[in-house]
Amino acid sequence: MSTWIAIGLTVVGCYAVKLVGLLVPEGALERPLVRRLAALLPVALLAALTAQQTFGDGQALVLDARAAGVAAAALALVLRAPFLLVVAAAVVVTAGVRAMGG
Amino acid sequence: MAEQRTLADPDVDGDKPDAVVVRDALGVGGAVGLSGFAFGVTSAGSGLTLVQTCVLSLLVFTGASQFALVGALAAGGSPFTAAAGAFFLGVRNAFYGLRLSEVLRLTRAVRPFAAQWVIDETTAVALAQPTRRSARIGFAVTGLSLYVLWNLTTLLGALGAEAIGDTDAWGLDAAGPAVFLALLAPMVKSATERAAAGLAVVLGLGLLPVLPAGVPVLVAALAAPVVLWARGRHVRGSVR
Repeated sequence: MSTWIAIGLTVVGCYAVKLVGLLVPEGALERPLVRRLAALLPVALLAALTAQQTFGDGQALVLDARAAGVAAAALALVLRAPFLLVVAAAVVVTAGVRAMGG
Repeated sequence: MAEQRTLADPDVDGDKPDAVVVRDALGVGGAVGLSGFAFGVTSAGSGLTLVQTCVLSLLVFTGASQFALVGALAAGGSPFTAAAGAFFLGVRNAFYGLRLSEVLRLTRAVRPFAAQWVIDETTAVALAQPTRRSARIGFAVTGLSLYVLWNLTTLLGALGAEAIGDTDAWGLDAAGPAVFLALLAPMVKSATERAAAGLAVVLGLGLLPVLPAGVPVLVAALAAPVVLWARGRHVRGSVR
């Protein structure tokens, strides 16, 4: 049930912000500080999420095969690989390290 | 994901053949739409049902928020902190809409429908076009192809995850963080962005063992205002 609550809130919230952008009069969200915060907020969130889903296991911090996989994804990004290849590199390397008992 | 370019003056920089716009839009929609597979697998692997997974792709349709939500729920976060993290990631779409309403000039009746397609990729394609006509074509074709593929591959991914059972053994638990990293990479260019990302990582990992699941990410989001505030102080200080 609580999963459906989370889904419902996310559906409504994410649609509302999309619609607000199209509906508000020009200039209402144009304050430089608001714009800069909106650009920087995803950076902070994505960085924290990447780190947690790489090194987190419940409440514990762990170093496992995922770290190798995400490192491979980072390398693919540096080499300007397409999006799908970046994700595939992470999955394949993680599976590979686990298969070798890592 | 893709880099945004600014819209040239719609009246001057004229003809871009419709076919070229459609081809570019399909390229983006296709490549990114296929990654719905990773979402379907991740979501099902996180314990969401097939229906819940598909509802997210149909009705939320903004990848980072979807990954964040299922990641937070899998980590045992409350529905409210999980939804809050997903919501904050979606806020950037409001700013895309602001730019798009200027470029696309949609009628009031169309806006509620177009809103669902206001995401990173459609914005990037639309804003890269030289004319209003090509921007509208780019937005519509990217939106439609991405929406259809994303939902189709979400379904296939979720079915696949249920079929293969332990998704971790296949390394599929690394798909989520890899997607986040790929979304993050083009956003991190200046020292301000690097500082915010670095501080968020420290907060997110440092608070993980001590705060309830989902809360550390929300606290880490504070890195954005903190870095902006610190930079503002620094700039004012050096001017004096």
